[in-house]
Amino acid sequence: MHIMDILQNSVRARSGSIKLDIVEDRASDTFMFSITDNGCGIPREIFDTVTDPYVTTRNTRHVGLGLSLLKQNAERTGGGLSLISEEGKGTTVTARFINSHLDSPSTGDLASAVLLTMTSNPGINFEYNHIKDNRSIHFTTDEVRNALGAIPMNEPLVYPYLLGILKSELQSIGVS
Amino acid sequence: MEKIKSLADLRKLQETLKAKIDLREISNDADSRIQVKVAMATCGIASGAKEVMEAFIEEFTKRNIGAVVTQTGCMGYCYAEPTVEVTKPGADPITFGYVDVKKVSKIIDKYIIKNELLEGIIPVNYQSIDNKF
Repeated sequence: MHIMDILQNSVRARSGSIKLDIVEDRASDTFMFSITDNGCGIPREIFDTVTDPYVTTRNTRHVGLGLSLLKQNAERTGGGLSLISEEGKGTTVTARFINSHLDSPSTGDLASAVLLTMTSNPGINFEYNHIKDNRSIHFTTDEVRNALGAIPMNEPLVYPYLLGILKSELQSIGVS
Repeated sequence: MEKIKSLADLRKLQETLKAKIDLREISNDADSRIQVKVAMATCGIASGAKEVMEAFIEEFTKRNIGAVVTQTGCMGYCYAEPTVEVTKPGADPITFGYVDVKKVSKIIDKYIIKNELLEGIIPVNYQSIDNKF
């Protein structure tokens, strides 16, 4: 849930590029994800309080739960959250979880979470890197566009094929 | 559906996929695509919006309907998530609340195909100044 949620923040920040890095390391018992975008950045005046659930840049409602829930859940497992942002340049959100902790959440269906965001926003360049122990995958919108030719990424027919491909790549590095 | 494992395999399928799309667009009006927007904010994701979005994509693919399914941010109806806005060509958008995977089929069968309204519609409570004059 968190990964999809934070990716949405990057989309809403009018990013042209979004990079998702996931690192799973059994030796250090950690699951870490980092989302970097080149969007509008977090306004300076709310940066220090942006993980407060009552702080948001939205005007449809007065709560912003994404970062506050992420921080709470990461810290609950003994991990944490870090934010780097510069207005006009972009934001990097990094969350770290301790895998063996009782409250460590499962990742859910990563492939569909990434692909639904990617294919819904064909104008954004996505890069997804996933490292599990010593094996890795690298999946980008450039490669997808190359494979599809003139067929747009948001064509519904294409989604199940892309999902099968990404799941297969993740399985090859031991991510179910 | 053919099972493929790599982008290279997908590249080989390009012509087949393109032919399916072209055939569909000859029979439907290519300029009038149905737009489906699924609200994908924290409340929506927590309530199952991802599964709803996947269900729309799957159903449209099965029925060979060339709709555009996309994500949007919070529409403000957090109490009724997952929420979905459906815009048919020539019609005003309609927002459905409390959408689950079962309701996706109903929305497609009843509203999109037969133009019948169904329960769970969230009434519009605003009008932009452009619509008034």
